[in-house]
Amino acid sequence: MTDIKQVQEEIIDEFTILEGDRESTIFYIMELGNKLSNYPEEARLDENLIKGCQSKVWLTTEEKSGKVIFKADSNTDITKGLISLLIRVLSERSPKEIIDADLYFIEKIGMGNILGSQRSNGLAAMIKQMKLYALAYQSKLNV
Amino acid sequence: MTLDIQNIRGQFPVLDQEVNGKPLIYLDNAATTQKPKVVLEALSSYYTHDNSNIHRGAHTLADRATRTYEKTRAAVRAFLNAKEEEEIIFTKGTTEGINLVASTFGRKFIKEGDEIIISNLEHHSNIVPWQMLCEEKGAILKIIPINDKGEILMDEFYKLLTEKTKLVSIVHASNALGTINPIEEIISKAHQVGAKVLIDGAQSSAHLDIDVQTLDCDFFVMSAHKIYGPTGLGVLYGKREMLEAMPPYQGGGEMIKEVTFEKTTYNEIPFKFEAGTPNIADVIAFQKAIEFVNELGKANIRAHEESLLAYAAEKLASIKGFIPVGTATKKVSVLSFLINGMHPFDVGMMLDASGIAVRTGHHCTQPLMNRFNLEGTVRASFSVYNTKEEVDRLVESVSKIAKLKNK
Repeated sequence: MTDIKQVQEEIIDEFTILEGDRESTIFYIMELGNKLSNYPEEARLDENLIKGCQSKVWLTTEEKSGKVIFKADSNTDITKGLISLLIRVLSERSPKEIIDADLYFIEKIGMGNILGSQRSNGLAAMIKQMKLYALAYQSKLNV
Repeated sequence: MTLDIQNIRGQFPVLDQEVNGKPLIYLDNAATTQKPKVVLEALSSYYTHDNSNIHRGAHTLADRATRTYEKTRAAVRAFLNAKEEEEIIFTKGTTEGINLVASTFGRKFIKEGDEIIISNLEHHSNIVPWQMLCEEKGAILKIIPINDKGEILMDEFYKLLTEKTKLVSIVHASNALGTINPIEEIISKAHQVGAKVLIDGAQSSAHLDIDVQTLDCDFFVMSAHKIYGPTGLGVLYGKREMLEAMPPYQGGGEMIKEVTFEKTTYNEIPFKFEAGTPNIADVIAFQKAIEFVNELGKANIRAHEESLLAYAAEKLASIKGFIPVGTATKKVSVLSFLINGMHPFDVGMMLDASGIAVRTGHHCTQPLMNRFNLEGTVRASFSVYNTKEEVDRLVESVSKIAKLKNK
């Protein structure tokens, strides 16, 4: 399986095709969001909501043979698209890989610029929460 | 008279730019309007030539600044057809105007068990100050419900109105839906039970003719920045007898007659309510905004905006998945909508990507959104400088976005 760096490079290549055009980029992210639809209905609980996001974001995890699997959903398609990218990069990785991950692709694909400050904060909150889950699994696995 | 829109657009430098590689289409006028050159130049000219503190200085600049500042008060008096200039108080905006009345009228006239009536259409500025007052005084806040079109239910209002009602505070035109309320009737019925009436004119004052004497409202509040004027400035109109009966709002300079450590006597209205150095430059520039509106004529502005609203509503209605929110019979130029299956934030971001500025979210009217069981809407609001071509581009973009989920 490709490592975190390789997946990020793939994403950067995909976005390069869009040539920085804001409209195409947003439409592309929305399409990615539309495809993310495996979130279990019963996990759509307030306790799974990430704090700090303007739109609603639910995030849950499970652990399978030492790897962390993320599932997430949102009430807005753009946010779902962003989550799908984070999941592509961070899901099914070891806790250590997730904790150490340097997510440089976000800057490279110009996301900060496109999202504006409100949504960028939301994205940062999502990443933080994913890393916190990884940290929790790591301490559990080390026991 | 038909307005020369291209000429008008030429007076708004901000409109002449590209956003995200597309010509800017500014349709967030209910949030704030853009400023014409005359307003921008007045701001710059004041700081370049006249900057000085007013009402106290003995020198030429102070005198010049004071006279120009007070000229705006005269212009506002005429704009609202108030009886006297002393009835015009400068505030930071609509929100401060409402807070001023809540604190001072409230402190003096509201007691435990008294009732204040607002409506389900209000923005937070016309809800929260009354909630705070009611909590402090043990008074009761009552809400006039609305129908599915976003119109106040007058029968329900009559039922709420009793001898206990001390104040009715009502929006003239809804910022979220555009609904124009029958304020003449509300004012007259409220007066029959002895209640005072505050009209929130934040959204109406740029479009509708306001005559506070004919309306006979006790208070009228508005913001300068929604009428092509500067931000951070608003007006509270109050009937003289009301303003004189109310205690001062904030303590400080300007609002006093005489201060000793033993006792302070307060200045006359309007200065009693204008503590501290006011927003001089913006007040002065506001006069130019009022002149701008007067020269075009509100009736002409209204006719143009109404034609844009009607055109947009008709064109957008034919798009599959387009859902209008708020379909009152009488509306200002505000068009709130949803696209089936899509979150308003997403729609707003996609419109922005094509250079179109709209507002998305709850528009600071969460109880209104709850009434419709919505998290928010997309809101396009039109101003005098918007064109039919811009509406066409809005329709084209909305149509493209709607197709993503409504094939």
